[in-house]
Amino acid sequence: MTVRVQSEDFDAGAEISRMRLSRADTGAVAAFIGQVRDLNDGARVSTLTLEHYPGMTEKALEDIVEQAKTRWDIFDILLVHRIGTLQPTDQIVLVVVSGAHRGEAFAACQFIMDFLKTDAPFWKKEQTPSGTRWVEAKVSDDVARERWQKK
Amino acid sequence: MIKILYFARLREALGLVSEELDLPQGTNVAKLMALLAARGDTWQQEFAGSHPLRAAVNQTLAPNSTVINTGDEVAFFPPVTGG
Repeated sequence: MTVRVQSEDFDAGAEISRMRLSRADTGAVAAFIGQVRDLNDGARVSTLTLEHYPGMTEKALEDIVEQAKTRWDIFDILLVHRIGTLQPTDQIVLVVVSGAHRGEAFAACQFIMDFLKTDAPFWKKEQTPSGTRWVEAKVSDDVARERWQKK
Repeated sequence: MIKILYFARLREALGLVSEELDLPQGTNVAKLMALLAARGDTWQQEFAGSHPLRAAVNQTLAPNSTVINTGDEVAFFPPVTGG
C-alpha cells in the first residue's frame, strides 16, 4: 500500500507495470487517472491550484486505502495525488489497484476515488478569464460516497 | 492552549492562516464556532452564516459535538474538492 502527495507529475504506465509485475498471481490491475479540464461550470480554466492540509491529507488518504484493503480481497494499492499549480490536461490523481480478479480491483478503485472526493482535505482554485475562484463541492460527490454505506 | 488552522476560501476570507487560543474546559467544535462567530463581521458570516464548513480535530474530520482538549490542533475549511 502506497500513498504519495507530490507536486511532480507521475508516470501511470510505469506505476501500473511495476504493480502488475510485482506478483505473478496478479490477474487484474484497475487504474484511474483524474486530469485537469480546460472547462468548468461554463468558464475556460487556464490553471488549477490545489491546496491541501499537510499531515491530515496523508492520514486521510492512508485511512481510505486501509478501508479499501479491509473491504476487498486485493493485493496492492497505489494512490498518488498532486498539489500546486496545474494546467489543463495535467494529471491530478492516480489510483492503481491489483488483485486476483477484476471485480474486486474495479470496486476498490471506485471506492477510493469516491471517498477521496469527500474526505481528503484538498481544495481547488481555478484561474478563469474573469479571475480566480474556489471550486464548490458537489452534492453528487456526497451521493457517490453514500452508495458504499448501504451495503 | 489550542491551535486553529484555516484553509482555502475560509483562510482567504478571514485573512488568517492560524492562531492559538485558550478555551474553557469542555468546549466542543460547535461552541468554538460560536465563539469565533462572536468576533463579528467576516467571522460572523463565515461561522454562523450560510457557508458550509467542515472541522477536523487532530487531523481527523470531526462532528460538531467533538470536545476539544488542551494541545489539540483544530482546523476549519470548506467542503473538500480534490481528485
